[in-house]
Amino acid sequence: MEFTLNREQQLAQKMFRDFAQNEVKPLAQEVDEEERFPVETVRKMAKLGMMGIYFPRSVGGAGGDVLTYVLAIEELSKVCATTGVILSAHTSLCAAPIYENGTTEQKAKYLPKLCSGEWLGAFGLTEPGAGTDAQGQQTTAVLDEATGEWVLNGSKIFITNAGYANLFIIIAVTGTVLDKRGRKQKEISAFIVERTDPGFSVGKHEKKMGIRGSSTCELIFQDCRIPKDRLLGAKGKGFALAMKTLDGGRIGIAAQALGISQGALDETVAYVKERKQFGRSIAQFQNTQFELAEMKARVDAARFLVYNAALKKQSAADGAKVRYSVEAAEAKLIASRTASDVTRRCLQLFGGYGYTRDYPIERMMRDAKITEIYEGTSEVQMMVISGDMLK
Amino acid sequence: MKAIVCVKQVPDTSGKVAVKPDGTLDRASMATITNPDDLTAVEAALQLKDKTGCEVVVVSMGPFTAEGMLRELLAMGADRAVLVSGREFGGSDTFATSQILAAAVNKIGVDEDDVVFCGRQAIDGDTAQVGPQIAEKLHLPQVTYAASIEQREDGSLVVKRLLEDGYMLLKVKTPCLITCVKELTTPRYMSVGGIFECYSKPLEVFDYEALKDDPLIEVDTIGLKGSPTNVFKSFTPPQKGAGTMLEDAGQLVGILNDKHLI
Amino acid sequence: MSDYNFTDTAAFHGVWVFCEQRDGVIQSISYQLLSEGRKLADEIGVELCGVVLGSNVNENYIKALGGYGADRIYYCDSPLLKDYTTDGYAKVLCDLVVEKKPEIVLIGATNLGRDLGPRCAARLHTGLTADATHLDIDTGKYVEFLKESSSLDLSKQKFDYEDRNLKMTRPAFGGHLMATIICPRFRPQMSTVRPGVMQTREYDEAAAARAVVENVAVELKPEDIGVEILEIKKTAEKMVDLIGADVIVSVGRGISADPKKGIALAEELAGVLGGVVGASRAVVDAGWISADHQVGQTGKTVHPRIYVALGISGAIQHTAGMQDSETIIAVNKNEDAPIFGVATYGIVGDLFKVVPQLISEIKAVKAAR
Repeated sequence: MEFTLNREQQLAQKMFRDFAQNEVKPLAQEVDEEERFPVETVRKMAKLGMMGIYFPRSVGGAGGDVLTYVLAIEELSKVCATTGVILSAHTSLCAAPIYENGTTEQKAKYLPKLCSGEWLGAFGLTEPGAGTDAQGQQTTAVLDEATGEWVLNGSKIFITNAGYANLFIIIAVTGTVLDKRGRKQKEISAFIVERTDPGFSVGKHEKKMGIRGSSTCELIFQDCRIPKDRLLGAKGKGFALAMKTLDGGRIGIAAQALGISQGALDETVAYVKERKQFGRSIAQFQNTQFELAEMKARVDAARFLVYNAALKKQSAADGAKVRYSVEAAEAKLIASRTASDVTRRCLQLFGGYGYTRDYPIERMMRDAKITEIYEGTSEVQMMVISGDMLK
Repeated sequence: MKAIVCVKQVPDTSGKVAVKPDGTLDRASMATITNPDDLTAVEAALQLKDKTGCEVVVVSMGPFTAEGMLRELLAMGADRAVLVSGREFGGSDTFATSQILAAAVNKIGVDEDDVVFCGRQAIDGDTAQVGPQIAEKLHLPQVTYAASIEQREDGSLVVKRLLEDGYMLLKVKTPCLITCVKELTTPRYMSVGGIFECYSKPLEVFDYEALKDDPLIEVDTIGLKGSPTNVFKSFTPPQKGAGTMLEDAGQLVGILNDKHLI
Repeated sequence: MSDYNFTDTAAFHGVWVFCEQRDGVIQSISYQLLSEGRKLADEIGVELCGVVLGSNVNENYIKALGGYGADRIYYCDSPLLKDYTTDGYAKVLCDLVVEKKPEIVLIGATNLGRDLGPRCAARLHTGLTADATHLDIDTGKYVEFLKESSSLDLSKQKFDYEDRNLKMTRPAFGGHLMATIICPRFRPQMSTVRPGVMQTREYDEAAAARAVVENVAVELKPEDIGVEILEIKKTAEKMVDLIGADVIVSVGRGISADPKKGIALAEELAGVLGGVVGASRAVVDAGWISADHQVGQTGKTVHPRIYVALGISGAIQHTAGMQDSETIIAVNKNEDAPIFGVATYGIVGDLFKVVPQLISEIKAVKAAR
């Protein structure tokens, strides 16, 4: 395993860092307190080619690689986890499945818009009755033979970017099939839905504990009619498509968690050098030193897992016959736990000040928690990992 | 049309500055950055490119390690880069440097509608001399302290030149040389696409051999030995004796009052 | 330039000061330079000349330059010299240098002087020192200067006391170092000099009466000037007059927790002390305050009666511009901040807490009078 960033990755990391510090950090507190989606930041990221980092130039991407994309999310999330997840959901959950499963026409139609940031993307799998149990889908898509249109009915919840997205990947039930043992199973397919499609609407915005600037909403389909060619991938292959998409998404969320941890650690190092108690800076106390040391070691360990998953996904993208489900699950499991653990311990080092909103550490602690939940809870990650071990 | 931008890689004097015992700067231990005013100049050139589609060429004199900086400028959108590098050039003062850079710009070629951009001054020397001196060698009209640049239909440029208490609005025809101040614009970031392209963009190296026959170069007035000016002494100011440390504002105001300072 | 040889150092005599005028008004830097130039000319026993370029130059008005030390004032009069242009001024000044061959030319390091100086030096094929803050010819005086202003161990250094080169000292590397520059092989020796550093001598009426004013013919055609002036404007908002201020309250990076409030506090303190607000480079670079407030190597050099440094760490970059203030008061959270090394009085503390106390204490003292 080789974790030395190449020269392009090093330049990109420098650029992301400057961008995050100068453009994203100053807005982070406001975005959180006012639960405001940072439209202006997304516009700036679009201009810099950040909305299609690892897609080839031929489809409008920046021609970069997966690790560079991970570096972008990490740097953004160091200062604002909201901004980090906007990029992750857009890239991993919307542009990636179109790039990996779309027809030539679908790719030509949508990828340039997504990669340029003209359109923002989102992904709809979760339903009120189908969270971790993704098989419990209720949303249906029925082909109207007369018009040649798919008709969607149902709803999706907790959809990241929903309020501002122009394009949605939607998972829906298209019929029933018999499995190997002859039991009836739902046939699941994936669709591309545009925001302006008739019968589609975005419902209520969720008030959340953390990543409060991220637009998390309900999607409603009431006889939503879309052209026949909006089926993404083969009919009946929607569940596999969703799971593979989430493998990629988990790397993005793991990078977000990693960024939150590192950001908290950076803030804490600066704070403990300045804060004085008993006549000396609290950095001089051994408890502080040991806490910092252990946290750094854990964050670096998480970083290795995250970068490793990114490199694995890269070799898959480069054509190697490799899967990265386990690597992605491991990265997300460990990085998200580390984020929750590190932000909590950092806040403890901040003491009372850390509990106030004068410092970003309480926000980071609130933001960290979601990384253990969305795009597969930690328990789901363990199911993926152990499933592979015991197969 | 072409925009040629002269840039310098400098030690980051805004952070910690390391001084060797002999009173010279410990450059090796300091981070390097693109000189801020030069970055403004690059942005001015790129904005001209955005409007006119002109080519942007960045030129820097320095060691081979300055390639990294030039790649960053290519990632921002410059089209090609020239690194002027040679042992013979080392230790040049502004007079010598401007000769070498003028020869390099000359080799790149200055056409009728071209503009040469420089930063106002570099943060390591703060001299503000190299721009005007290049202009003189190349017989170009110059505008220094440019805070805005606008291109007229006839191709001429209208430049707002800052004064201490106001500004001059100047009209200048191309080819010309403009030195930029930070008020002009905010430099853009590298783009991701630019980053993944920058190592395949052309970067040429002009060494002593490449420039020595240029009519603008006098081989005996370049480098440390040839430079007209020499550093006679360099030193750090003495440590002054520390003043009186006071406990609080009340004590201070008491003293100031007793000494009739307020 | 046929018989002009810049390497024939012996052929060059006299000290010149380029006397900058704007709108027909001689700029104060010219008086500072003449005062300094007088000292240099006396050290080597040569004439001090002022050079004025302008349009409709009033001989009686420029004769007053003699009162600040000029033995002779050359002036060039042309409608093309009314306002500064690089090409017009550089041509006339260089032609004059070639004709008269001065050994030293001093130019104010103003936005105009820093445009003119390098253009002329390149044309005259000589060196130019930028933004000098100290000038010596006499080596004995230079060594005295080093004793006072450097940390060098002079017992180990050898000096040539016969040396007649101009020793031009300037801050370098963002003001973290000082460097003395010489230009031994070529003439004239040229330097731009920072405004506000050299002291203006008292006006001497008799000297003014003795001064010789000489009109020099100008060979300048409109086509010599490659730049057209469309407009000259003074900014509407009043620039802060740091150089003339009696009290300056400056802010540094220490206000970063709340820049607006930090500057407001500095303004209030300046108000009760009867002063103006200054700033370090960091504060100006961050865009929290306009550049005319900047004190230091790249800003202004000041010596007020009271200088208050709030949250300024005290890099040489800054102290180079304020260390000659009469009383320096520093407030900084960091007890090891170098600013305390130059301060007369220091308080270790958070400026956001100390300054309000200062303001109320001063108000109380004043009320009690």
